[in-house]
Formats: sequence, C-alpha cells, structure tokens
Amino acid sequence: MHTDFIGFSLIKMYSRSVIKALLIVLIALFSSYQSVAQDAAKGKELFSTLCQQCHSVTDEKVIGPGLKGIKGRRDEAWIIKWVKNPQAVISSGDAYATALYAKFQPLVMQSFPDLSDDDIKNIIAHVEASAAPAPAAAAGPAGAPAVAAPASDSPSGLFTAVLVALLIVMVLVLVVLLTLVTILSKAVGPTGEDGGQTKSFSDRLKTSLSAAASNNIVRSIVLWLFVFVVAKQTFDGLYSVGVSQGYAPKQPIAFSHKLHAGQYQVNCNYCHTSVYKGKIATIPSANICMNCHGEIKRESPEIQKIYKAIETDTPIEWVRVHNLPDLAYFNHAQHTNVGQVQCQTCHGEIEKMEVVEQRSSLTMGWCIDCHRKTEVATKDNAYYDKLVALHKKGSKEPLRVANIGGLECSKCHY
Amino acid sequence: MESTNKRYWRGLEELRNDESFVKNAYKEFSDTDINKSTESGSIVDGIGSDRRDFLKVLGFGMAAVTLAACETPVHKAIPYLNKPESTFPGIADYYASTYSEGGDYIPVLVKTREGRPIKIEGNSSSSLTKGGTSARVQASVLSLYDNDKLKGPKKGEADSEWGTIDQEIQAQLQRGGAIRIVSSTLLSPSTKSVIAAFIAKYPTATHIQYDANSVSGLVQANQTSFGQAVIPSYDFSKAKTIVSIGADFLGSWIAPLEYTDQYITTRKVGANAGNKKEMSRHYQFETGLSMTGSNADYRTPIKPSQEGLVVGALYNKVAAKLGGSPISTASIDVPYLDKAANELAASRGAALVVSGSNDPNVQVIVNALNNLLGSYGVTIDLTRPVNYRQGSDAAMNEFINDAKAGRVQSVIFYAANPVYDHPRGAELKEALPKVGLSVSFADRSDETASLCKYICPASHYLESWDDASPKAGYYSLTQPTINTIFKTRQPQSSLLKWAGLNPNYDAFIKSYWRTTIYPQAGNGLAFDQFWIQSLHDGVIELKNAPAAAAGTFNAGAVATAAAGIAQRYKPNASGFELALYEKIGVGTGAMANNPWLQELPDPVSKACWDNYACLSQKTASELGVQQFDLVTVEVAGKPAVELPVLVQPGQADGTVSIAIGYGREKAGKSANGVGKNVYPLATVSANALLFTAMDVKITKASGSRTIAQTQTHDTVMGRRAVIQETVLAAYKKDPKAGRYFPKVVTSEGPVAPNDISLWKGYEKPNHSWGMIIDLNSCTGCAACVIGCQAENNIPVVGRQEVINRREMHWIRIDRYYSSDAEPEDRKGLEIASSNPEVVFQPMLCQHCSNAPCETVCPVLATTHSTEGLNQMAYNRCVGTRYCANNCPYKVRRFNWFKYFDNDNFDYHYNNDLGKMVINPDVTVRSRGVIEKCSFCVQRIQEGKLTAKKERRRPKPDEIQVACAQACPTGGIIFGDMNDPESTISKLLKEENEARAFQVLEEINVRPQISYLTKIRNKDEEAKPVAAAAHAEHHAE
Repeated sequence: MHTDFIGFSLIKMYSRSVIKALLIVLIALFSSYQSVAQDAAKGKELFSTLCQQCHSVTDEKVIGPGLKGIKGRRDEAWIIKWVKNPQAVISSGDAYATALYAKFQPLVMQSFPDLSDDDIKNIIAHVEASAAPAPAAAAGPAGAPAVAAPASDSPSGLFTAVLVALLIVMVLVLVVLLTLVTILSKAVGPTGEDGGQTKSFSDRLKTSLSAAASNNIVRSIVLWLFVFVVAKQTFDGLYSVGVSQGYAPKQPIAFSHKLHAGQYQVNCNYCHTSVYKGKIATIPSANICMNCHGEIKRESPEIQKIYKAIETDTPIEWVRVHNLPDLAYFNHAQHTNVGQVQCQTCHGEIEKMEVVEQRSSLTMGWCIDCHRKTEVATKDNAYYDKLVALHKKGSKEPLRVANIGGLECSKCHY
Repeated sequence: MESTNKRYWRGLEELRNDESFVKNAYKEFSDTDINKSTESGSIVDGIGSDRRDFLKVLGFGMAAVTLAACETPVHKAIPYLNKPESTFPGIADYYASTYSEGGDYIPVLVKTREGRPIKIEGNSSSSLTKGGTSARVQASVLSLYDNDKLKGPKKGEADSEWGTIDQEIQAQLQRGGAIRIVSSTLLSPSTKSVIAAFIAKYPTATHIQYDANSVSGLVQANQTSFGQAVIPSYDFSKAKTIVSIGADFLGSWIAPLEYTDQYITTRKVGANAGNKKEMSRHYQFETGLSMTGSNADYRTPIKPSQEGLVVGALYNKVAAKLGGSPISTASIDVPYLDKAANELAASRGAALVVSGSNDPNVQVIVNALNNLLGSYGVTIDLTRPVNYRQGSDAAMNEFINDAKAGRVQSVIFYAANPVYDHPRGAELKEALPKVGLSVSFADRSDETASLCKYICPASHYLESWDDASPKAGYYSLTQPTINTIFKTRQPQSSLLKWAGLNPNYDAFIKSYWRTTIYPQAGNGLAFDQFWIQSLHDGVIELKNAPAAAAGTFNAGAVATAAAGIAQRYKPNASGFELALYEKIGVGTGAMANNPWLQELPDPVSKACWDNYACLSQKTASELGVQQFDLVTVEVAGKPAVELPVLVQPGQADGTVSIAIGYGREKAGKSANGVGKNVYPLATVSANALLFTAMDVKITKASGSRTIAQTQTHDTVMGRRAVIQETVLAAYKKDPKAGRYFPKVVTSEGPVAPNDISLWKGYEKPNHSWGMIIDLNSCTGCAACVIGCQAENNIPVVGRQEVINRREMHWIRIDRYYSSDAEPEDRKGLEIASSNPEVVFQPMLCQHCSNAPCETVCPVLATTHSTEGLNQMAYNRCVGTRYCANNCPYKVRRFNWFKYFDNDNFDYHYNNDLGKMVINPDVTVRSRGVIEKCSFCVQRIQEGKLTAKKERRRPKPDEIQVACAQACPTGGIIFGDMNDPESTISKLLKEENEARAFQVLEEINVRPQISYLTKIRNKDEEAKPVAAAAHAEHHAE
C-alpha cells in the first residue's frame, strides 16, 4: 500500500518516459521487498511456535540468549548447524558453542532436526526484520479464512422474537383502548352532573385505573402477560439445563492464559500438543511446563506445586472446563487443522483470561449454527476439490459446512 | 418370489412349520414372559410396576432433573506427568504382536488407546495368515480384562508374595526327584530355550506337551510312514480335489486360519479371483455337520466306526485306478465314495486327502493314499513341518501313570489344565496330592491350579514378551502393549528365576534372537536395527531356511495299519456312537470365561451358551426325544453325562456329537456351569487319544433344557429370494446363473423394481460407502461377528436373553439349509433334511437408499446421510421400535436393558476392569434405544480426517470396517463406490452383470450391500444324483 502511494505521487511529478523507467525499478524493488517479507512471515510463524518460548528477538534473555543481531554474531551456516543439533556442535569442540554452553548450563538448546535450511534462514530473516522496526509492521498475521463469528446462541431466539412482537401488539392495543376510554369518557363527561372539568387529574386517574382494573379486557391482558413472562422464564430455564456457559472453576494451580498466551504469546500448540493432530487438544503434561519453568520463576508457590507433583509422582488434577456430553463426538484436528478455525472462535478470547471460562454454550444449536454459516476451508485441500467443483455448478453461494453433510447426525453422533 | 426351486430353511422348526416357529416368525419381538427375563423386577425396571410406581418414578425423575440442573458436576482432567513423546491421548497406537495360545498362531496388530489395548487386527505382513483373524483372537482382548483372574501369586488358598514363593519353590526343586513340566503346545523357541536352561539346572526335569484336541496320531503315522515324527505343511490352494474324512480343517484342525486362506483361493471365482472360473471340489465324510462339512460340495454323514473303512475303501478304489496294492479292510458303501475316488485319481498330483482321526492306523492309510496320489511335494510338504501341535498323547499318559504311582516329585503346569481337559483328568485329580511340589502358571485358580500347592499366575499375552515359530523359518514376536494389570509374572521369568538365572525374559529373547535368528536373517542390518525392525513388523520370514529331510514312504507299514483298522472299524455297527468336536468359539475351553465367545452362535447349530447332544431327526424319533429334551449319554466305564438334545440336520444316524470346551467349574463367572464337560468321554488308548467312542448308550432323561439357539430369530418373513446360488457348470455357461430378476408390473409392462420409485433418492456427491459379500468366500467362521462386537461395544446379554430372542450382534451369519427336493415334496424334503446343503450369509444393516426404517421413525432418530449411510442417533431414539418392525432384513437391535454397569449382566461390562475394553470412539448405548450396524462410521470419519489433514482424497480401500478387516478370506469387501479405483467399484463393474445381487431386490429398498452368488462345484445334473444318493442312504 505504502509503495502504491509513492508510485502515484511519482506519476504526477515526472514525465512519462522517466515514469516508465522508474516504475520498472519500483516494481522490481517492490517484488524483492515482497519476497523478503514472505520469508520473514514464514519465519515469524516458525519462530512463534518453536523459538519464542526460550528466545526473544530483542537482546533480552528469556531462557536462552536474545537473538537481536544474531547474524552479526555467527554466520548462517553455523546457526543452521547449531539449530539442527546443538549438542553435536558443542561436542565438536567449537569454541563459541562451548562458551555458550558454559554460560547456560545445565540447559542445552533443544535440537530441531526437522527444520530445513530454508526454515532456519526464514527464522533468521524474521529476527533481522524484527530488529529493523519499520518493515516489521508489514508482516501481518497469516491470512486466516473467513470464519463466522460465534453466533448469539439462545436456542429460544425465535421464541423471544415472537414474545416481544406480542408484547408490542399488546401495548398498542392497550394504548388504543385507553385512548378510546378517554375519548368516550370525554364525550360522556359534559352531560354528567358534576361536570368533567371540576374533577382533579388524580381523581380522574384513580377512577380510570379502578375502571381499568375492573375491566375484563385489561385484566385478561395482564393475566396473559404474566403467563407469557412465566412461560418464557421456564423455557429459558429448561433450555439452560446442562449448559455451563460462563463456567470458570478455580483450578488447582493458578495458571494464567492471559500471561502465557496473551503477554508472552506462547503458541497454543506449544502446550496443547495434539490440538492439530487429534481428537483431544490435551492438557499439557508437567514435563511441558518444565521446558520453561525448569529455569523461570522456580520459586513461585504455584510453580512449586508442579515440582511437588513431579516429586511425589501424583498427577495434577485440573478441573475440566469444556465438557461435551459423551454422545457427541468432537475432534479438534477436524476444526483447527482441516477447518482452520481459530481457537478463539469457540473458546473466546482465551489470551485475555486470567481464569479459563467457558464462553460458548456448547449446545447442539450452537454447533449447528456455526456449521450452517461457516465456509469450508477448501483452499489447497485436494479432499474438497471435487466437492467445490460440484457445488459451483449448482450455486453461487460459497461452499459451507452444511452443504457437505455437516448437519448429518452421524457426523457427530455414533 | 423364489429365485430357484430350492427350498431354504433355517431350522427344522421352520421346515416343519412348528407352532413355536410360526408364532414368532412374523414378529420382530417375541412375547417374552417377563418373569423369565434376566433382570429382576423393581420399580425402575418398569416390570410389574403399576400406576403409582410410575408416578413415583416420574416424580423422582422430575426432582432429580431439577436438582441435577442446579450444579454441573465437576469433571477432572488429569494429564500425564511425563508424557511419552509419541503418544497422544485420543490417537490410537498400533503394536505388532503375536497370539499363540495352545498352538493357535496368529500374528496380530494390537490397537491401543490411552495405553490400553482395545482391539486386535490381523497382521497382513504374515504370509501364513495374511492379516486374517479368528473369532478367538478377536475376543482375546476381552480376556485381558477378566476380573476373575488372579491378582497375584497364591500359596494354597492364601495370597502370597513373589519373593516368598520363589524361595520356597526353589528350595523344594533342589530336593531333586522327578520334575515334570506339563504344557500345551508351545510355539516359542525362546521359551523352549528357557525350559532347556531350567532342565540344565535340574537334570531330573522333563518337558511334556499335550494338546486337548490332539493330532498326535498323525505325528505317529508320519513316523511310521516316513520316519518323521512331524506334522507336514498342507497346501490346500494347490488341490483340485480335496477329500476330508472328519477333518474340520476350516474350524479346528491344526491351523484352520492358514488352511482357510488356502482353501478359499480355490473356491473364489469371477472378478474376485482374476476372472478364474475353476474351483476345487471338496468331499467331506464326517459324523456331525461341521463348519468344514457345511462348505463341502459333497458331504456324506458316516459313523465313527466307519471312518477307518471309508479311508480304506477310498485307498482301495484309488489304488485300483492308479495301480497300488490293495489292502484288506471290510468294504463299505456310502454315498459319493466312488465319485470321490474317481476324481481323486483323475486329479493325481493336485489332490489332497486329510483325516481328522487321531488313530495312527487311519492316518497311515491316508498317508499311503496321498502317496499314491502324488500329493507329497505338491499339496503336502514334509520338508516344512509345522509346530502347531506338538503334544504327545503317549507322554501325557505316562505322566499320569507316574503321578498315580507317586513317581513324580514336582510338577509344573504351564498353560495346561489337564484335570479339566484331559480324559484322565479325574485320575490326575486323585494323584496330584501325592506330588510333592505342584505349581501352576494358570492365570486363574482353574480346575488344575486349584489343586496345586502354588499358583504363579501368568500375564496375559498382551502384557508379555514372547516369540513364536509356527514352522521353520517363520518367526514372530509378542510384545507387551500394557503394563501388567495385576501382580502377575510371565512363566518364563519364573522358570529363569528358579533356575537361578536372570529372570528378565525380554533380555533373554533378545539375546536368543541375537544368537539364533539374527545370523540366519543375514539382511545386512545391525542387530539393533534388525531387532527394532522385527518388533515393528511383528513377523520375519526366512525364505532360505533349511528344509527338513522328506523321508521315503514306507509301504511296509500299510498292511499292519490295515489290520489295525479291520480290528477297530465295522461297516454296519448297530450301537450308538459318539463323536466329540471342537467349536470355533469356546474351542478347547481354555478361553471359556470369555462372554463374547460364549455368546457367539455356533456357525452350524446357531446355538450358544451351552453344549448339547446333536442327534439326527431319525435317531431322535427312534429314541422318542425332541429338541431340548434331556438325554443321558453313557460310555462304558465313564461317568454319564446329561445333556439337552439338539436335532441337527446332517448328523449321521445312530450317532451323537457333543462339543468339548464346556462344563468348566473353576474358570470364572461366565463359564462356570455352562454345559457339561465331555473330555472324560474320550477314549484313551496307549498311543492316542480318540475323540470317538462306540457302544454308547443314550437314554431319555426327565425334563428338558432350552438351548439358546438363534437360528430362527430374525426370519425374513417368508421372502425367499435371499440366497441365490448355482453350480459351477451353469456359472461357466452363464455368469448370471442362479440370479433372480424380479419384475414389477406397471402400466407400461413389467419392469425391474429399481427402475421405478416413489422417492427422489439421495445424492451421494462425496462418498458412497458400500460392501460386497462373496458367498463363496464365507466359511461361516464368525471372526467378523466378534470383530464387530469388539469395535462397536456390543453388549453380551446372556443365555436367557438369547432365548428371549434379544441378542445384540450387529452382524450375524445366517445359516440356511437347502436341498434340491421340490418344495411341495414333503417326503423328499424330510429325506433331504437328513443331509442338507448349507449356505452361510453374513447379514448386517444393508444401508438401504430407500430405507423402510427411516420413513417410520416418528422422531427422525434414523436418517440418511449423503454418503449412503443409514444413520442412527441414539440420543434421539425414544424406543418405539417401529424401525425394527419395518426392517426387511431384521438387523435392528433394541436395548431391552442397560447392559453396562448392571450386575444382572455380569459379563465383564459391570466392572471397571472389564470396561477398559470399550472403544472410546463409540457411544455406549443405554436402555430403550435401537442400535444397528453403522458401517463403522467412526472408522470412516477417522479415515476421512486423516486424508483431509494430509490435504488429499482417501486412498482406495484405505478405510476399512471391522468385519471386513477381521475376515480371513477377503469375503467382505468394503469401500467407496464413488471411487473408481477402489476394489469394490472395480468388482461391481464386472459382477453387476454377473454374480452381484441385492438381497430382496423385489422390495426396491436399494441396499448399499451386494452379495455374490454362491457357486457350488457340483455336477449340473446334481438333482437326480443327489436324490438317488439320499434315497440310497435312507434305505440303509
């Protein structure tokens, strides 16, 4: 965007031939900048999943050293070798590595044999880019597909609407009736013995109210109103049986998602290890906590609880917050990995929660609602190619989950 | 509506139109007397409750719901402390292992979830079993969670500790005297090596192996004929003519799974077998109707006293054609004997004769016959002996004699329970107290172990390390898939410990493999890699293993054997005779406390939860007894046994067949008192143990006992185009032979039912899951039934509830009898019913595209999916049972009770241990809902998800349902009919115009399941021959 503006102003300032030449140069520059940005973006993704837990992009020490200016410190080949297998570099007797080891022991960096050379270069690019402040802003979050916002999910939505409509009608009827009564009484008033004008307003109100109270129509309206309100309350109450929206139990260890996921931006996947792999996201085992807390804040009483659990070999009994009934089958991987749904879509703004709370109702209506609205993440997934082609023939609407059988019973119940 | 003029029936009561049959035939649910129901009456049952009770329950329910709504119960989520890196909760892990119990050998893959084994699959890396499984191996996972097992070692009645026990046993072993290790067949070379090490430490020890269902007569015969005391490898796949005299080689004889695979390759035709149009021809001469006999083309019932003579006559007839010297045995005339002999002679070099007899004389003649036919080197391979049965009846006899005479100082029982399963068990029971030290490795305090001074419970095979070698060059490993649940220990570790060696058996196996098997493998890997590779694959097959010497045929022994036969066998013995047989479920009784196996209907009799006296209709009439009447069976000098009668078509007249494996007394809650123990009725001669007896007395006893028999449950309401079959010659001429093409009359003339419809139909844009079941490949082995039960958390309902027609199996195997007699020919049918043809038809939800069940559900609990599945939402079901009533295939099951956590159904699912077997991906159904086959939708969903995660379409045949995976013959083919590359699509493309038919096509429900016609290799003019043969047989 920024470059576009510059380009536009250039057009105004120079003659056409110069513009042409400059445009070419600009396009070249732009595209080269793009490719760098691409690398850094990839690197950022990798960095936040793999590196961020121990390293910062500044020179601040987290667990391992800060990485600012890493390229100046070591050459790329060395870094690649190191990241892939630090232990090997240390044992090869490399002076820098040995010094590093001496400084940080007993901790040794985890090895990442699965990372390709390009991956590591991308990460370095990201670190470098973060050090240079301006372009860092350009690297936006990886484009997530459009996902419908969690619906307001009162199962009795329609019911409420009907009730409100009825109420409005009744109020209107009341107003009309009252007006009629007033007009009629005015019409009748002057012929009366006392004369309408002599009566005070409060007296008139009293009489009209008592008249209204003794009026059958008004009485039945009030009665019906009462019945409707009670009925609505009862139905709402019944619908909420077993729905624990807002449930935020106290956990045995005061773990803060706000701190970890929010402030330190630890990727969800780092602790909930199988959230992209399988049915269960998994609650992290104590050894995952120890990856960082083996070093950080060891003395905190909350973290001491983890130490104690490990020492006494007693697992930590967390209180389960989100609990689907056994009759419904839910698989995280289908939603996070295949559907590319963000964690927050169902779990709410988890990165702002001090204590985890169930934000969504987790009712079947809520599930179905989302399945009706959500577009299928078909991009780059050959599984859906045929379905997309078929769908395009018959409809101009995007392919939604409901279109491919997302509302069928056996998708969740078996 | 008949496709052929054959009459099919599922039980004699149907053939005769008995009152009991007619009463129930047109009802989905029987009017069961609720007092006979398993659950005792109480308020909550709804049984015997009146209006007030109803209101009480209702009031309580309301209050409970209100209270429950106040606060959500607190659930705990407990993660690992230290999570293994490669294990994720919710994602299954598979481990290769091996099931080798009592000589049965099946390499398996064990599915574990959250660290507990929940399902067994076959290991397709094995060239012997090719990924097939049996009902027993499928059920073996439930035995792991058997609460009746011992929780730790015992000294006498008292619980003890391993340390104390080890010291005491070691001290007593060191006192010397004769030590005997008595075991069933052990396939493990490492275990043998452990025993050798033990014997090296205690030189007075000897190892005795015996088999409950013995074939040691065959081993002896091979010693006589070839000088090789071995069981050869058989190869049924190379045989064009197969004659079996009493060998149930598909069910219980030596290595049924291996033989099933070979046999079925000769039985498959058409697109399923590369457009082959040839079949082997199979003759069976046997006493009771076995599963193997049910699959035969020609079957002749014979008495046990005729067995030797049939073999002799067959030999003489073949010898006359091929120029061998005849033997002198009494001549015998039974149907099809000449025909079999002629065809055997004609297919010389591609023939195979097997006999299930344990009489060495009979087996010597069979050897001579096979030698004459040139079978050795083709269908029989003596150079590749098998280890499946290593028992020696003579050695076991001698042991019991020694024990009785007080010559045994110490005895160790290893996977052996001879007090129960040896005919001389009672004698051993008397003798055991005389033995100084008696130890049993049984996992429970069984009949033998309870008499022993020490019980050192063995771990289940899923908790153990072991290896197995079914034959030279074939090895496989067993690895633990769970920590030991109780304080159990592997027998090998115990033996090593007592021998003063390192008791670490996994280290022992590893070093055994390093020194013995690794050098042979020579595949260039370092040992550690080789070991990990072998553990991963489960099996290793060394093609270059040295062959054993074949031995030359000793013709001299034939005459002696013939003399032996002449002495024992009579052509026209008059008295009743007994034949014992083994069932595919309970087997020899070692796994009897497995409720899945107890409730598995026998493929032929369709009876479960009992053994019984099988009698032919003629014999039953002569004895004046009817179905379920109690009779007393007496063998001279043996205790009498009282059993209910089951009138079994195909049973030889004048004989009674009874299954072994029942009548356990100390196996556990599910097995104790179920049926009667008939091992004592077997005949023990010096050399061999014979499962037959002559001069048996059968008398009517008072009373009756109903047998839980499922054969007439779920009838198809008189519609008879269910089975479509033909003979091979007709099939060769016209691949559509035997098919029935129904027509519906419309204003435009007759059309095929599928051409018209009231319904718009469902589009299946994505997948269309379907199945083909090849009736030619189905042997009736029921591995699918148990595979389905394990996968889908199907409850066991117990004997009384099966009698109440409430069994829950999602897939059942319908067994139809038929004959060529005209349906109107009552006399002819009666004769035919004495030896009918049999066809097995697996029946499960057909996932109709026009499903009758869906339209009648008032609450839309059963609906259709866009993938061709007929879905069932349990939580929506209110239990009207309309769907079941409207199902033409009778495959919907109703939960009459809550079968889990209910002590009235004490079949492992009422305790926390037993429930560990439950598949967490499948809902446990509660009372009052209908359930049925879901096409393993949990597997479909999982398979699709795997594909989606990898951004691809599912590979052809990647997704498999439990029954198809369990099937040892590939008779069930499952796949996506929308995927042109899948096996099912390719097959259907060919077979739609040939053998593929849909059951009850005329009612136009358009199932997703097709069947392939049954083809018998009978002569085309079978009818007159069969009729003549029957008449001839009847005249005897």
